Amino acid sequence: MTKSELILRIAALNPHLYHRDVERIVTAIFDTMTEALERGDRVELRGFGAFSVKYRESRVGRNPRTGSNVVVEEKYVPFFKTGKDLRDRLNNFVKK
Amino acid sequence: MANETITRAHLSNSVYQEVGLSRNESTNLVESVLDEIAAALARGEMVKISSFGSFAVRKKQERVGRNPKTGEEVPIASRQVLVFRPSHVLKDRVNNYLTKFRVKLTKKRGASGPLQKSARIVPSAHTRNQRGLS
Repeated sequence: MTKSELILRIAALNPHLYHRDVERIVTAIFDTMTEALERGDRVELRGFGAFSVKYRESRVGRNPRTGSNVVVEEKYVPFFKTGKDLRDRLNNFVKK
Repeated sequence: MANETITRAHLSNSVYQEVGLSRNESTNLVESVLDEIAAALARGEMVKISSFGSFAVRKKQERVGRNPKTGEEVPIASRQVLVFRPSHVLKDRVNNYLTKFRVKLTKKRGASGPLQKSARIVPSAHTRNQRGLS
């Protein structure tokens, strides 16, 4: 499922909304999450999962092709941890 | 900065401000977006959100694990796990902003064990000098 397919599904569930409004709604949701992560904030969606940012220290890596040492700069990476309900749902456990 | 937790309430507030819907309806829309994603994943589908990232379901084989406390061998049944791959756009935005402002995310160990994140801003050169640090 892509973002546009997601928008179509949400639009189908909400026939009273204009398609372009559904588009704005879905975009607003992901934009809010992106902006939060950009600030280093955590996004916690109970039952679904949590997005956070992890810090990775600089390290000496290797170019796998040549074997030469390369300095990998420190960086911040987005991270997602699946929520319990979603994890159970993936394994067909029915929520009590 | 950098120590707030964004929840469903924040997301529905964004929806509320974006389109002229009631708060109640905004909340329901956030919920149905999350639910549609979860449903697609439960069907085994991959979910790709452009400029955000993609979620994919990965099947894990059954393997023999070990209770780290007792050293006892325990079978771990085959299961499905979710992997999130952030898009390059998201990775770059997160990295650029935080590197620029040198936000330090520090690891703290909570009482119950799992790693918790809190963040603080690294003091500027000026404050460091005043404290005789740098």
